[in-house]
Amino acid sequence: MELKTKMKAEEGKQEVFITREFDLPLELLFRAYVEPDIVEQWMGTKVLNLECKQLGSYHFETSDPHGNKFSLIGVIHEFIPNYKITRTFEMENAGYGVQLEFLEFEKLTEDTSKLHMHIVFRSTFHRDQMLEIPFAYGLSMAHDRLQLIVKQLK
Amino acid sequence: MQLNAYTMKLRRDVFQALADPTRRAILLLLASQSMTAGAIAANFDSARPTVSKHLQILTECDLLAQEQSGREIHYFINGKKMKEVAEFIEPFRSMWEGRFSKLEALMKKYKI
Repeated sequence: MELKTKMKAEEGKQEVFITREFDLPLELLFRAYVEPDIVEQWMGTKVLNLECKQLGSYHFETSDPHGNKFSLIGVIHEFIPNYKITRTFEMENAGYGVQLEFLEFEKLTEDTSKLHMHIVFRSTFHRDQMLEIPFAYGLSMAHDRLQLIVKQLK
Repeated sequence: MQLNAYTMKLRRDVFQALADPTRRAILLLLASQSMTAGAIAANFDSARPTVSKHLQILTECDLLAQEQSGREIHYFINGKKMKEVAEFIEPFRSMWEGRFSKLEALMKKYKI
């Protein structure tokens, strides 16, 4: 099965690369990152502020399954429509540190486009901590058991 | 596109499949050998149809495969799939896959 979202996270490095091809024209893909009401829907967060311009900032808010609220904040360093967004990202007060995100939007055909996401973390430790976040949403135990089963397969 | 939506749904379900303790127990049981549905069910207090349903879910998300042997059907673990899912980065990748799938579906309603 072809995976649409590809991810590369080499061991011992403090960065992650994610790419994804979309059946969408470049302009629509980019718009999904710019309009607050659209961002809210696919990111699953509230958008309290989103200034899409150089030196603009953003502030999203999300809740975990226990109802605790988290702020996702950052500053936009570079903003070139239909081409590039460079920004910082931080989950406020969560201890994961600040990360730097390079988003590049590529036109493939009139109707298809590709997103390149390069995330740089403060350290390999911070990166690995961030990769484990989805486990916090109830997957942790399932994953431990899974590792055990895979070990038995060898 | 229909096929893509379907296969993505299957991917999400892998983690739901693993979130159930009985299904994880079934996978543990099958880690060392292939077994028939009857032999698997004998290890659990649950009713046979309940175990069958678990086997169906595990098979649908590719964690288990079936092999006909005479009149019996043996279940065995799909090792390739298990390793793929167990990779450290998979949950993070899945999270983005989910978001991007939403983005794509959403933006198809818009025109440039």
